[in-house]
Amino acid sequence: MNLFFVSAMHIMEGFLSPFWSLLWAAVSIPFVAWGLYGISGRIRNNPRLLMLLVISGAYTFVLSALKIPSVTGSCSHPTGTGLAAVLFGPGAAAVVGLVVLLFQALLLAHGGLTTLGANTFSMAIAGPFVAYGLFRLISRKNTGKRMLIAVFIAASFGDLITYVVTSLQLALAYPAANGGILASFSRFGAIFALTQVPIAIIEGILTVILFNYIYAYNKNELAELSVIDSVVVSEV
Amino acid sequence: MKKSTVIVLLVLVVVISVFPLVSLGVIGSDAEFGGADGMAEGVIAEIAPDYQPWFASIYEPASGEIESLLFALQAALGAGLIGYYLGSRGGRRSEKST
Repeated sequence: MNLFFVSAMHIMEGFLSPFWSLLWAAVSIPFVAWGLYGISGRIRNNPRLLMLLVISGAYTFVLSALKIPSVTGSCSHPTGTGLAAVLFGPGAAAVVGLVVLLFQALLLAHGGLTTLGANTFSMAIAGPFVAYGLFRLISRKNTGKRMLIAVFIAASFGDLITYVVTSLQLALAYPAANGGILASFSRFGAIFALTQVPIAIIEGILTVILFNYIYAYNKNELAELSVIDSVVVSEV
Repeated sequence: MKKSTVIVLLVLVVVISVFPLVSLGVIGSDAEFGGADGMAEGVIAEIAPDYQPWFASIYEPASGEIESLLFALQAALGAGLIGYYLGSRGGRRSEKST
């Protein structure tokens, strides 16, 4: 353990060269801008959606503060960005995730400012895109069990993908002398992705529980976000 | 989803998170349950032994205690908001039904 060790699961401050720091920042900025534009428009149209956005953000705050032990004998934390992705789409998740990462980088020495772009890309862009895609693909605006299973799969895989991408980012920055990027990727993957498996399952379960309450209390808003069909709402 | 299902799911969450602690303890592993990134740092040190982090955190919590304080604060903020939401919506709902 050196001076820079903090118990974080994001890429640590200063551990990506200026080249990779800037590259990932450049990749992430358009997504965040797109997300900001998208959610501000939606909330202007329907201010009642703000409550759900705040809840999505709060959920990401809680989950990314929970460091959970895993079978590899190390700890990691869930991302919590899957909920925002399922409700509002990946753009909103990019904004929510960035806020949390910034909080952790500034106050907790967790992650970092130079690695903010890379960490935003993995936790707030790549994971949420996968989560959103899986949810839409599986749920197809169904309600009931199918919807909840879709939420579980979306949140779990979004969580797992986040750490697969983290491993890939580290592998790109640190290719092994022997075997290059692929060899590095399998080494980082063995640490991050494997540690993350049980934690991804936990994230899936917790997201299903909260989503279930949101479904019970905010059907109109879910229909407005086209998470469910509006027909269902008129029946209720 | 029934209330009992929610409880079962929450118990499952606890079981999954406690399982590594217990099982690795039983087989006598010397796992330290540090951060996964600490392990990654070890790999980086192996692959690129000459790499020096070029930027240090602007602010670092003065100690592990302060760090856990800030983490608890982060969780409490989020949990408080979610609790408010669940409470107010649930309350509004049961008012309607009575």
